[in-house]
Amino acid sequence: MAEREQKKKSAPQREEEVVDDVPAASESGEKIKAELDDLLDEIDDVLEQNAEDFVKSYIQKGGQ
Amino acid sequence: MAVPKICGIETEFGIFVRGRSESNPISASSILINAYVQELVRSGHAARTAPRVGWDFEDEMPHNDARGTTPADVQPPEVETHLVNAVLTNGARYYVDHAHPECSTPECADALEVVTWDRAAEEILRRSMVASVELVGADEEIVVHKNNSDGKGNSYGCHENYLLARELPFGRIVRQITPFFVTRQIFCGAGKVGVEAPGLTSDDVPFQISQRADFFEEEVGLETTLKRPIVNTRDEPHADAQKYRRLHVIIGDANMSEVATYLKVGTTAIVLAMIEDDELGLDLALHAPVAALRAVSYDLSLTRPLELATGETMTALEIQWEYLERARKYAEVHGLECVGEAVGDDVLHRWEEVLTRLESDPGSAADTVDWVAKQRLLDGYRERHDLDWDDARLAAIGLQYHDLRPDKCLAARAGLQTVADPAAVLHAVDNPPESTRAYFRGRCLQKWPESIVAANWDSLVFDVGGDPLRRVPMMEPSRGTAVHVGTLIDECETAGELLDRLGS
Repeated sequence: MAEREQKKKSAPQREEEVVDDVPAASESGEKIKAELDDLLDEIDDVLEQNAEDFVKSYIQKGGQ
Repeated sequence: MAVPKICGIETEFGIFVRGRSESNPISASSILINAYVQELVRSGHAARTAPRVGWDFEDEMPHNDARGTTPADVQPPEVETHLVNAVLTNGARYYVDHAHPECSTPECADALEVVTWDRAAEEILRRSMVASVELVGADEEIVVHKNNSDGKGNSYGCHENYLLARELPFGRIVRQITPFFVTRQIFCGAGKVGVEAPGLTSDDVPFQISQRADFFEEEVGLETTLKRPIVNTRDEPHADAQKYRRLHVIIGDANMSEVATYLKVGTTAIVLAMIEDDELGLDLALHAPVAALRAVSYDLSLTRPLELATGETMTALEIQWEYLERARKYAEVHGLECVGEAVGDDVLHRWEEVLTRLESDPGSAADTVDWVAKQRLLDGYRERHDLDWDDARLAAIGLQYHDLRPDKCLAARAGLQTVADPAAVLHAVDNPPESTRAYFRGRCLQKWPESIVAANWDSLVFDVGGDPLRRVPMMEPSRGTAVHVGTLIDECETAGELLDRLGS
């Protein structure tokens, strides 16, 4: 388990690097949210029109 | 030193016919594959492909058990010789298996090649769907999904294969790989809406990490369609059985994320190399692996402790960190030549990155890990429309994530990172990897399709007229590469000349 402890020690260093980037990180957080909104719009467009029928009729034969 | 970890993936795809109330999946799969083969002929590829070459079942023996003996109550898999079977010029096998279209990649030398030829397989399925349009009714459409479950208790596989040394005791493989197989789903699970294990409902498990965990009932065994085992014992090396094993891995999900496929194959190859060299030096045997497999799949927080045989507990993440640390040590001492040095190093780097992200915030892995990407879509959609988990639209998203039609595929819209070169993927549709015996198979099929009557993983059967049929055995998966036979194939004008020169 010694290696695991070493691993844990290295984790905070990574977090410190992130702290320097807080403004950029929140900007990118907003960007991610905007992207998700666009994505959800797109899902509304491409999702099967009658989801209930689609899901109900989606029956596969078992395989390996 | 571990033998080269030559590897590949075989995927059974979900299939249905839109616009037909009851469709026969075997005939739909046959139409799909025949449509592709006919399109190759029609598009002028015929001179450079061998669409009519049959599969040679001579060496198929899926009933052989790596444990030496098979318990009396198991049903060994059957070889289905009567269904459509095509061997492609990229070295792949494209066929109907258990009511699904299945594509097996050619043998690859490393995880990046597997991703490339796995993506090529998706492209082959897409082209097949397009080609099948005129073979079904005007209002009908054959649709293919790269998934492993219909959400109603029926599952179909995405199997991996890895070359191992024969002398590696099978018991050691089972003991040392099982904790890895139980926990690797945290980065290669494809995600599933609902639950299909007996006795549970979607109230208990609205969404889970793995497509397949619900269907596994045994720790080790020969079967693949019933009582599925975490470690499959099929002993069918498709190579020199004195020297090699092939580990047939049935526990994986089919991935839409390239990075997930890359990590799944890359990490497994490294762990198997460590086990083969007896360098794992780690006993993380789980108290109850089958129960743990499901527990991991149902724990989206990745914090649930799993009981080890020793009575200690570890989370899936902690177990993966342990394997990674051992892999780093192994790489320092032995190098990673057997999995491809550069790819192996990159896999180690990405393995650490994905565990770090999953540990700090699973949501931060949405651009690499399928179940996280899918969960992000589901959570977003659920919140936007204020839906309960049993709403059919969420189940539809869960299915449509895997739709291979470009205008319908949700995974293609999820912002997933890629690792394969798109141009290399297109090239891989018609051309074999240069790094394994698949090169010999693919090049011969490109150049002399009229002279080859049958093919399988470890041989090609030629008919050069006059003489009896001549079988060229390919029992060494790492021979027959571009380096070995590229110039020879270039220089020979006829298959007869090739056989003469191979024989001399």
